[in-house]
Amino acid sequence: MFTSSRRFTSAVAMVGLVSLGLSGCGGTTKESASSQAPAAPAQTAAATANPNAPIKEGLQIAFLPKQINNPYLTILDKAGIDAAAEYKGTAKEVGPSDASASSQVSYINTLIQQQQDAILISANDANAVCGPLNQARSKGIKVVSYDSDASKDCRDLFINQASSEDVGRSEVKMLADMIDHKGEIAVLSATANATNQNTWIEFMKDELTKPEYKDMKLVKVAYGDDDDQKSFQETQGLLQAYPNLKGIIAPTTVGIAAAARYVSGSKYKGKIVVTGLGTPNQMREFVKNGTVEKFALWNPKDLGYLASYAAASLVSGRITGAEGEKFTAGKLGEFTVGKDGEVILGPPFTFDASNVDDFDF
Amino acid sequence: MARDMARDMAPDVTTANSARAPLSRFLRWDVLVGVLLVLVFAGGAAGSPEFANAGNLSFALGDLGEIALIALAMTLLVVAAEVDLSVASVLGLSSALVGHLWDAGWAIETIIPLVVVVGAACGLVNGLLVTRLGLPSLAVTIGTLALYRGLAQVVLGDRAIAEFPQSYVNLTVNDVPGTPIPYPVALFAVLAVITAVALHATGFGRALFAIGAQVEAAHFAGIRVKRIKLVLFVISGLVAAFAGVVYTLRYGSARADNGSGLELAVIAAVLLGGVDFDGGKGTLGGVIAGVLLIGLLRNLLMLNDVSTEIQSVVTGLLLVISVITPRLVAVARQRRRVPSPVMPTPPTT
Repeated sequence: MFTSSRRFTSAVAMVGLVSLGLSGCGGTTKESASSQAPAAPAQTAAATANPNAPIKEGLQIAFLPKQINNPYLTILDKAGIDAAAEYKGTAKEVGPSDASASSQVSYINTLIQQQQDAILISANDANAVCGPLNQARSKGIKVVSYDSDASKDCRDLFINQASSEDVGRSEVKMLADMIDHKGEIAVLSATANATNQNTWIEFMKDELTKPEYKDMKLVKVAYGDDDDQKSFQETQGLLQAYPNLKGIIAPTTVGIAAAARYVSGSKYKGKIVVTGLGTPNQMREFVKNGTVEKFALWNPKDLGYLASYAAASLVSGRITGAEGEKFTAGKLGEFTVGKDGEVILGPPFTFDASNVDDFDF
Repeated sequence: MARDMARDMAPDVTTANSARAPLSRFLRWDVLVGVLLVLVFAGGAAGSPEFANAGNLSFALGDLGEIALIALAMTLLVVAAEVDLSVASVLGLSSALVGHLWDAGWAIETIIPLVVVVGAACGLVNGLLVTRLGLPSLAVTIGTLALYRGLAQVVLGDRAIAEFPQSYVNLTVNDVPGTPIPYPVALFAVLAVITAVALHATGFGRALFAIGAQVEAAHFAGIRVKRIKLVLFVISGLVAAFAGVVYTLRYGSARADNGSGLELAVIAAVLLGGVDFDGGKGTLGGVIAGVLLIGLLRNLLMLNDVSTEIQSVVTGLLLVISVITPRLVAVARQRRRVPSPVMPTPPTT
């Protein structure tokens, strides 16, 4: 059939080159495409909210985490499923076993076919899930993202765990309380260009300009690159370079665990305050042995609970996802929909010896 | 019958026994997979109202598009006793290139042929390493699996590029009007017919079976073994890169990790379709039935809220059975022959 593979491959190359040449002039580029009208959002503008509408009974909602068997998301989804029982709905968790970009898409299709009332998704890829989510919305299914947002054009609400400002400022407050608002402090961050951490550090610096922190001084921002070993060594370096250091804030779960481990096994134990963002499972032993008094993160149970109530409120017509709308989420009280359909859970949740055993993630 | 022609030409040990009763002809694994597919479909349609509607079928078929396309090229390779494990990485590299070039302002009409040529070049590298250096394709393509995925990450890093032109996205997600068949699946159907004819009704196809069954005999029979294998690897790379374009547009997201692990889904389908990994045996119809069976079964299990773990167990069992059964049948036939050496082919049931 092919007498010469060389002839065949060069034919393939020629086809490529010819089509390159043909398409060289004109064609669809990013610029020309962006001038076209964007895909119309599925939402109809006519919907109006009725804040007094009761939550409908018998709602069917589904949680679609990044992947199943992720301990953090399992806690979150379970709290959401329990919340659904409170408002007499049924909820379930379905999802892929791998957290790849596209694996959630077939689950969205399944949920559309099952005619769920709402889909709650922690998106692996903000864009890859967009088409199917909008397909769901065009069939009247409400879409709420939580933990990890989908593109804002393809969901009705995003339940955000905490605002960046709250995270940054509360870290400083927490540390200041533990060192009587006095002394040198340092930050142990992730990588130098980590978006989350850098935003939080900016708010920390801003918080430190307030008069009540006039006796506190940020001497260094170190970067442990979210690598356990490097974070450990950076902690060691900080303590040697700044003998008067009173506290370290590590706004990363890898950093705080490494810093606590170093301090726990050193002569600085009890003299240096370590705090930041951590998970209870990582930090439990350091809280118990007195290295760390308290640290923060958000409460995943509350996040799942809020997401569940937000979805039910959308389906029942109490809110539409427009900015400024208010709704009550059971025992958590009232929440307001912010810009771009974001609902913020609240200030970070503080873990200490009294509650660290209540969580497993 | 194209299939019979192919079988007659191939020096195939089991099928060379020409005295087979008509019934045993249907007791072939690929036919069995087809029957199983019909059963799953009928069972699904009867048991789950969500299953056999146009929306779901369109989605389930569309979800198989890339796997099905790559499986065509993979079938040709496996029949010739070779394998290409780098296909998913070529898909990822293609996706990363599409994203990078689109983001850099290139026209999509330029990008698509370019990445397909890059894919063919990836296949050419595989093919040259296998045929010129005489290396086993398993080893070569495990290496290029890592290499091409690495290149994809060099090209795009951890960025995700989105917002591709809607007209092209529609081509990958919309159905052929009046059917629940998305365009990529329609393209697959056309290519499947061409591949089936090439494999089962041409000299090229017979050459593949001959190479797979006995490479030295094929060589002495005048078949240009190395050239044909090289062409197969180039086709495999080319198809994988094209599948990468489809994948990128269908999900609307170009990422370096797109399609990770997809090669296993492709090989699973080829295996389930009854293609012998020792080469020289298999039908394209079996592979197509295998692709559809895995996809529709998974879809059906998902619709019934069967957990991901159980889904894996079910597909895994199916694959193990597909490997064991033909072997057991062969052993059973052998045993029957032993007691009566005078009659080499006893009448089978």
